[in-house]
Amino acid sequence: MARTTSFRLTFWKLVFLFLLAAGLYATFVRFAQGLGASTNLSDRFPWGIWISFDVLCGVMLAAGGFTLTAAVHILNIKRLHSIIRPTILTAFLGYILVCAALMYDLGKPYNIWHPLIMRNPHSVMFEVAYCVMLYTTVLALEFSPIVLERFNLQKPLKVVRTILIPLVICGVILSTLHQSSLGTLYLIVPEKLHPFWYSPLLPAFFFISAIAVGLAMTIFESSLSSKHFGLQLELPVLQELGRVLIIVLGVYAILRFEDLANRGVLKLAFHRGYEAYFFWLEILLAIVLPLALLLQNGLYLAAVSTVLGFITNRMNVSITGFEGSTGVRYFPKWTELAVTGMIIAIGFAAFGLAVKYLPIFPKEALIPEAVAEPEAAAVGNEAVLTHAGD
Amino acid sequence: MCIGCKQCEQACATQNNLSYDDTIASEEYQSAHKLTCILTRGDKFMRRLCMNCEDPSCASVCPVGALKKTALGPVTYDPSKCMGCRYCMVACPFSVPKYEWGKLFPKVQKCVMCPDRVAQGKQTACAEICPTGATKFGERDALIAEAQQRIRENPGKYVDHVYGLEEVGGTSVLLLSAVPFETFGYRTDVSKDPLPMLTYRILSHIPDFVPLGGMVLGGVWWITHRREEVALAEGRPAEKKNGGKQ
Repeated sequence: MARTTSFRLTFWKLVFLFLLAAGLYATFVRFAQGLGASTNLSDRFPWGIWISFDVLCGVMLAAGGFTLTAAVHILNIKRLHSIIRPTILTAFLGYILVCAALMYDLGKPYNIWHPLIMRNPHSVMFEVAYCVMLYTTVLALEFSPIVLERFNLQKPLKVVRTILIPLVICGVILSTLHQSSLGTLYLIVPEKLHPFWYSPLLPAFFFISAIAVGLAMTIFESSLSSKHFGLQLELPVLQELGRVLIIVLGVYAILRFEDLANRGVLKLAFHRGYEAYFFWLEILLAIVLPLALLLQNGLYLAAVSTVLGFITNRMNVSITGFEGSTGVRYFPKWTELAVTGMIIAIGFAAFGLAVKYLPIFPKEALIPEAVAEPEAAAVGNEAVLTHAGD
Repeated sequence: MCIGCKQCEQACATQNNLSYDDTIASEEYQSAHKLTCILTRGDKFMRRLCMNCEDPSCASVCPVGALKKTALGPVTYDPSKCMGCRYCMVACPFSVPKYEWGKLFPKVQKCVMCPDRVAQGKQTACAEICPTGATKFGERDALIAEAQQRIRENPGKYVDHVYGLEEVGGTSVLLLSAVPFETFGYRTDVSKDPLPMLTYRILSHIPDFVPLGGMVLGGVWWITHRREEVALAEGRPAEKKNGGKQ
């Protein structure tokens, strides 16, 4: 994947153009013919993949932003400084794309600003709307030094640096609130959501897993970037994240199983069934595999597995868990998949362009070091596409 | 008492400016174009409509307050506020709100208990037209008393349960049935407490959490940076810097 200055149609550019074309056509269908024609949603299944993947997973995959800024600026862990910019970039792009996806899913997207003036503080959705709006603003400000540096605008740069710490604190609070609130959304459906996934602890699960995925995404995207852009990033930094990931996943696993046991649904998991299969897939990918790999030093694969595992978790909470009570098997229509595919593709392309034109990676990373990263070297081309949703 | 004449369906459609014909009459489910329906199970009939809960989930979850519980009972909907997030459809324990999937500018549709008529002191359209009095409109307390009296005075005729008395904290629609309510798809395992408390219990902590979280994070920041300053002042090597940017 060598970079050339002149435009050349590489394989990945072709994939991008294909996804873009399909997505644009699906966009046309969505806005010309409405939700009924462009989705497999129905009265019995009102939320589909645009909520499950684009919004729930999108916000989760962008969680590295608040995790890493908290570690670097609040806990003052300077070793992690070299990876903070790509992480903020991922988070910022992630939130922009979440907002874009919402425009597809909302029945009347032109009313998206309504929560600003029509407030219902009893609604979790209202809180999520506010937090996402405010946090996207915070991320824009956290990201702005990168742009301001590029154009050497010293005065605004000084302003942003002065307010950086309060900004980071706001970002961490807002993230804590709405990462957990995405779980709180489902607290109101105790009879509809399958007991594997309905739990009074849903807000805590969503928050802890967001931290885990934030760390995993940082490991994943740093490894991938170092391979793709020919950068040299310090492996010890990522290994340290890996050690924290072990702790976070451990805490999550204990809470998850304690909760299942307390509610007496653990025995359900040992009966064959649609929900049980998806439950074990989630547990395998999100907890068992990553922990096993991390203890074996399989840092990169552990990160990939964590990300895939919690994507499965969010899909289970919002789709699999509802199929029993609604009596509907939901599978997205091609238009829904095309829009999601386009959003992922735009995320990749924007990340690539930003790295190319903005000072995202520290200069010292550009100097090749003697120690190569064995994990990053193992990155196959296929893995690029699994870098989903931001 | 219901004889399945479906006049309530017809009256409801007229009241809400929806079309009604034989095809629609034969549909035994609620939809965006049919806000109430008569279910037939053998020789028994039952109505389905919005329960207009006392503490409705839909109004609680609506981010823009398009759905509202009014003092007189009806849970109303203001389409001009709605942005179409469809959280009401997900949250409703009875899966009542329906969506105009085929339209470009879709609305949520549900029985809103004829709020204009109720405000004028009139009955709902369905109760007014009902030829047998199977659908009856009145004060909730009076209806509860009558329902319990009917159960008491006709042993064996009804299931000993007024559906909606306690379900999700009580509803403005109350049902009596001769056969188990599950026969008509009414869930009897729903919570006896209002569901909105499940989310509000969490949400109500936010005003405390924000300043507290801010103070804790600010405190941690102060400690970690103070530690560094002290280390520098004492001439001990501070933590090795990687990035250099602040």
